[in-house]
Amino acid sequence: MGSEHLSKQYDNDLETLRSGVLQMGGLVESQIRGAIDAFAHGNQDLIDQVIANEVRVNECEVRIDDDCSHIIVKRQPAASDLRLIMAISKTVTDLERIGDEAEKIARMSRQIHERGHADLHRFATVRHAADIALSMLRQALDAFARLDAADAASIIRQDVAIDTEFRSILRQLITFMMEDPRTISTALEIVWIAKAIERIGDHAKNIAEDVIYIVKGTDVRHTAVEVVEREALS
Amino acid sequence: MNAAVLQPVQETLAQKIQVKNLNFYYGGFHALKDINLEIPERKVTAFIGPSGCGKSTLLRTFNRMYALYPKQEARGEIFIDGEDILSPRQDLNRLRAKVGMVFQKPTPFPMSIHDNIAFGVRLYESLSMREMEERVEWALRKAALWEEVKDKLKQSGTSLSGGQQQRLCIARGIAVKPEVLLLDEPASALDPISTGRIEELMHELKNDYTIVIVTHNMQQAARVSDYTAYMYLGEMVEFGVTDEVFIKPKKKETEDYITGRFG
Repeated sequence: MGSEHLSKQYDNDLETLRSGVLQMGGLVESQIRGAIDAFAHGNQDLIDQVIANEVRVNECEVRIDDDCSHIIVKRQPAASDLRLIMAISKTVTDLERIGDEAEKIARMSRQIHERGHADLHRFATVRHAADIALSMLRQALDAFARLDAADAASIIRQDVAIDTEFRSILRQLITFMMEDPRTISTALEIVWIAKAIERIGDHAKNIAEDVIYIVKGTDVRHTAVEVVEREALS
Repeated sequence: MNAAVLQPVQETLAQKIQVKNLNFYYGGFHALKDINLEIPERKVTAFIGPSGCGKSTLLRTFNRMYALYPKQEARGEIFIDGEDILSPRQDLNRLRAKVGMVFQKPTPFPMSIHDNIAFGVRLYESLSMREMEERVEWALRKAALWEEVKDKLKQSGTSLSGGQQQRLCIARGIAVKPEVLLLDEPASALDPISTGRIEELMHELKNDYTIVIVTHNMQQAARVSDYTAYMYLGEMVEFGVTDEVFIKPKKKETEDYITGRFG
């Protein structure tokens, strides 16, 4: 955000806010990784840990939003400071929802593994989609940390890839269910997991859009990818 | 910082004041440098900037208030409704009836509330007693002061509170039915409630008048104005729609000032 404020305390408050978002992002990233590992290997301890940690994610959201309110009240931020705070408040909502999706994946994984006859090697595509989602989130957080609009724009294009993966998983699962009705329960749970991964991609995309708003001051939500890229590189 | 004409307003808006290549000198000090600006009619335009940037100087050129002082000189053109007010042929009394001004500190005349309003009107119009009473009530109502003073119009204007005195000055300013109202930090000496009333008043008054306000309070500029001009060291750095200036300013200098990075 360029040079420093006249008020050192204001700079400190904004820095605390930014690092709070990155810490929350790190926590959410590890939640997704844990949930996907739990899906692949059925590790009960890992499942319990992901579910328990969801409370911490929620606490981060509440604390950061509260910090945003305090800064607004004390400083009446304007221009890039205002955009940063508005975007942070939205970003933590997206991060919290990603946390919810990770918890959902963990719960579904528990049910799949308790039932015990899933041939999960057949669902490598789910892991692939999860890898894309995770990398999108990591890049979105990097773009946020560096306030890099061009990097943020490239994430938005990746969301298209994840949506394609989701449709492909869905087609695959429908085929399994038609071939062998005994797989229906598990297949439906995997549909939920795939949907959760697809949503994580959407939230990462929202965070990337927030970064473009901070840097460029342009609201690029609900606009075509080409327009977003043009704006981010302008 | 360039001297190009800044025209952020849509073509459809009528321009009340047009400033062209304006330079202003306090003796040897060059206080305004090549100002070009168009102020839209029936809108509130705010001038912001650090102390000494020339915002009050610019405001004072609009009714040639500076002409009261020796060694102060404006060069360039300022058109109000197409008429160059800097022309030596300009009738200053007529100009000041058309362009009213309210200052930072309330300046009620040492006379009754009623006469504070009537004094200026008598200079420009000869009204019957009944017409004058109607005019006084009209001005006090417009300035949102009528309900508070209607039973004590004979009392001295100086007996009112600071906020009431400032609204009395605004009433006095509008009683002569000007077209432009210049406000030089009108609320900086007032408490938040009186400030709120003055700001509310500006919102009402812009239906009838073109208002130009100088303020040090950036939140006030953001709240009350439709257009904002940021000035620095006698130059017009940025002029634009207030919401855009405060959310997405075009110039880094403006950004630094409104975010408190100016130092």
